[in-house]
Amino acid sequence: MNMTRRQVLMLLPAAAVAWEAVLAGTPEAAPNYKTTEHWWGMLVDISKCIGCGNCVRACAAENNVPEGYFRTWVERYHVSDYDLADPVVDSPDGGKEGFPLLAETGGKNFFVPKMCNHCADSPCTQVCPVGATFVTPDGVVLVDKQYCIGCRYCIQACPYGCRFLNPKTQTAEKCTLCYHRITKGLTTACCEACPTGARQLADLKNPNDPIHAFLRTHTVQVLKPHMATGAKVFYNDLDGSVR
Amino acid sequence: MSRFKDSEHLLRVALVFGVGIIAFVVVRTLLVPRSFGEFGHYRGNAIAEIAAQPVQFAGHQACEACHSDIVEMKNAGKHAGVNCEACHGALAKHTEDPGTVQPMKLNTAILCVRCHEVNGARPKSFPQIVAKEHNGGDLPCETCHQPHSPLLVPGAKP
Repeated sequence: MNMTRRQVLMLLPAAAVAWEAVLAGTPEAAPNYKTTEHWWGMLVDISKCIGCGNCVRACAAENNVPEGYFRTWVERYHVSDYDLADPVVDSPDGGKEGFPLLAETGGKNFFVPKMCNHCADSPCTQVCPVGATFVTPDGVVLVDKQYCIGCRYCIQACPYGCRFLNPKTQTAEKCTLCYHRITKGLTTACCEACPTGARQLADLKNPNDPIHAFLRTHTVQVLKPHMATGAKVFYNDLDGSVR
Repeated sequence: MSRFKDSEHLLRVALVFGVGIIAFVVVRTLLVPRSFGEFGHYRGNAIAEIAAQPVQFAGHQACEACHSDIVEMKNAGKHAGVNCEACHGALAKHTEDPGTVQPMKLNTAILCVRCHEVNGARPKSFPQIVAKEHNGGDLPCETCHQPHSPLLVPGAKP
């Protein structure tokens, strides 16, 4: 290729602009969505959960969750009225295929769906050494697969046990609150598949969201409030024995 | 003059440091993505990349656009609050190409008991059956119940 010095010098600014575009990366996926207008959370109504496992299956289908790992799962609690502080908890295959009948009857029995609590002051983002996990401006805790080095600090830091290391990609993974859906105006896959409305996506910044009326009129709790994580998955009818 | 007679050494060291600092700044600019630090200590573009993941569940609004007759029947019955994809599964591909991607035929003998088989941990007010006693365990539920509006079909034997 024959090029004069002048031609090369003239091409340099164009090359610089092109390199800038490469560094800038992909454009915004949902152009009408403004992160500053939302603050996402979820409402879980335990009195409505029937333990069908629809949410677990839906989550796996939507997010390609590897077999044996869970971004959301359902636990069954059996609390004896003689030993309130020591419940028996089971979750066969995360509750994906439902729950077999309990041999032991009596006591108090109920289901607790669990998932990432999308904490406002999340311990997992605080321990990440490379800035691969973060809270978005709309309050969702996400993992940057490209930046994650698979050190597992965040998995240990999460008080709710919501993270796992994807065996294929060797990066930390967890519930994204279906970020690819809620930014398009859809609800999460688990909420879409829940037949009883036990799960409700909640936008805490939207004054018209039914969550506000619900929080005013019900005794709603979060899991492990003493950890001061700013958890945003609110549980209605939560028993004191739930850990 | 004699005080600075070996200043050449210092200049050389300073030069090496200068080159090192410039090299560090250049390499850092090339390696750190442009969007890092846009919103915080993370790659800002990661948000858009995660948001760009394709959806699998179309959402009930998409179903209602075409299947208004079934939605009407469903909303009049006990299953009004149950979204289509709760039973039929993820069908975003069907909404994109309704002609070629067809939903699977469901087996009501397996599907219905996921929710309605008796289980002590289910809320007491939720309708539950013991399938073995109710229908022998393998009779399809739609023999008597229309799944979209599950109260007994008129004329069916209870």
